[in-house]
Amino acid sequence: MDVPPGATPGTGAAGGATPDVPEGKAAPGGPRRSVGGWFGSVEVLAALLVLLIVFREQLAAALAGPRLQTWTTVFVSVLVQAVPFLVFGVLLSAVIAVFVPRSFWARALPRHPALAVPVASAAGVVLPGCECGAVPIAGSLIRRGVTPAAALAFLLAAPAVNPIVLAATAVAFPGAPEMVLARALASLVVAMIMGWLWLRLGRADWIRLPHRPELEGTSRGAAFWAAMRHDIIHAGGFLVVGAMAAASINVLVPERWLQTLADSPVLSVLALAVLAVLLSLCSEADAFVAASLSQFSLTSRLVFLVVGPMVDLKLISMQAGIFGRRFAFRFAPATFVVAVGVASLAGTVLL
Amino acid sequence: MNRQAQAVMLLLLGGAVVRASVTDLYLRYVKEGLRPFLIAAGLALIAAAIMTLWYDLRPAPAPADPGHGPDDDGHGHAADDDGHGHHEPRVGWLLLLPVLGLLLVAPPALGSYAVGQAGTALASKQQSDYPPLPPGDPAPVTVLDYAARALFERGESIGDRRVRLTGFIAPGPDGQPILARMVLSCCAADGRPVKLGMTGDVPVGLPHDTWVEVTGRYSDRIARDPVNDAEIPYLAVESWREVPAPRNQYE
Repeated sequence: MDVPPGATPGTGAAGGATPDVPEGKAAPGGPRRSVGGWFGSVEVLAALLVLLIVFREQLAAALAGPRLQTWTTVFVSVLVQAVPFLVFGVLLSAVIAVFVPRSFWARALPRHPALAVPVASAAGVVLPGCECGAVPIAGSLIRRGVTPAAALAFLLAAPAVNPIVLAATAVAFPGAPEMVLARALASLVVAMIMGWLWLRLGRADWIRLPHRPELEGTSRGAAFWAAMRHDIIHAGGFLVVGAMAAASINVLVPERWLQTLADSPVLSVLALAVLAVLLSLCSEADAFVAASLSQFSLTSRLVFLVVGPMVDLKLISMQAGIFGRRFAFRFAPATFVVAVGVASLAGTVLL
Repeated sequence: MNRQAQAVMLLLLGGAVVRASVTDLYLRYVKEGLRPFLIAAGLALIAAAIMTLWYDLRPAPAPADPGHGPDDDGHGHAADDDGHGHHEPRVGWLLLLPVLGLLLVAPPALGSYAVGQAGTALASKQQSDYPPLPPGDPAPVTVLDYAARALFERGESIGDRRVRLTGFIAPGPDGQPILARMVLSCCAADGRPVKLGMTGDVPVGLPHDTWVEVTGRYSDRIARDPVNDAEIPYLAVESWREVPAPRNQYE
């Protein structure tokens, strides 16, 4: 097995990958899985890489304009920032999928789904991470028999109320500690409302978790690594879609446009809610951006902080990938409306 | 995308992340504090790739685990995996883009274009009082620190001391060059500029994104940033020189 030497980091993985390719070709079952009978994915990947390396100069030249360059920088940085959280989330979700017995969740959560929802939302407090990790974890919870309402409440609450995010909010708004309270309360309330709403209106067949044969019947080690590989490739792919969208918005929408919207209380709330969806910031960073949007009212900035971790382009993309499109296209707009409503109310009362 | 291609993709992504974090490349995109997590995540990706290949390339009978009879199901399912693999993990191909971005393109840190796009970051007072300037003449300060002292306490803690700061040249609101520095809180997607106007010996004629070290004193002049209507403080420049870009271009 000469695979591990190919994995040496540092020397540049592009070079390291090529030795794997002939092996993949010779592997048992390789030709059977080929696309169109001639090329397997490994061969396609190898050909792509060779092309990219050959045309590297042209590629760099094509990306040299300041706008495209900024786009590439933002795109790469969203992904670099998200990778540790994604890997951590996927690791945890693989552990849940493989090592935590189903009976554990039956004991840990109240039996009645309506009670499980608030418990699951509050459980988000202990998980330091951002939204990219929460999606695979929630998928894994549903797979392990946790009621979807509770798993979805956890999905919404975890990125918004965990200690790191709240601490970041406190640092970003030094003069307004009530912002931290308002953010935590409003996010918890939205998560619970969405959980209960799912119990009332949700239909189980909207969630279509991909069939995962590798999770059953194999040894635990094999199942664990299969879950890791699958979730990273899958959630990571959708994360790329989201990062591309976020980078485009970042480059195409100058902040100047927002200035004109800041003066009207209603428009400013809507503008920042939409901006939160489009920008797809990490929930650990959004407080600092909200702090810099100083021309907007505190309430509209609270809306920005509550909506962002729950509905944004990269989340919609990842949810569509993991739970299915029918789910994501209903869940995301509903969450958006509830989050804007609750956050505006919380802002009016608390700020 | 079959499993071996997925493994190669994981290997590439992990390798790209590890490579970016053992060199200083990652500093163009994220904060320094993320480094250990990046390395750990990259190694986990590489481990996942190796384990995937190991399970996939193992001889099919796999008698290694007698306790679990259906162990070779992993291979039996390989065909099923492909069955829905045609439509399902196809999105995984997109992971090639960040690999490409990190290994081949490696875009530069945010510069003058991003400065023009966003309003200056100093909109609200972040700190109630400022400690004395660091010792030395000129005192080394960051652009962010100078701008905050100049705006929120009208230069009181600066007095008439000379300060030295490093930033890059960007186009200012009135067409004059300004000194700027990007501030990150998490990653470059939330990068915001701190803008500083210059009077006196202004470094004119330099292309944008040139790094300069300027020495000067507090100026009470204030301009408005047209982007977010926030105040831009000024520095009375006494001398300046071009410098290479610092290791970490963000503050």
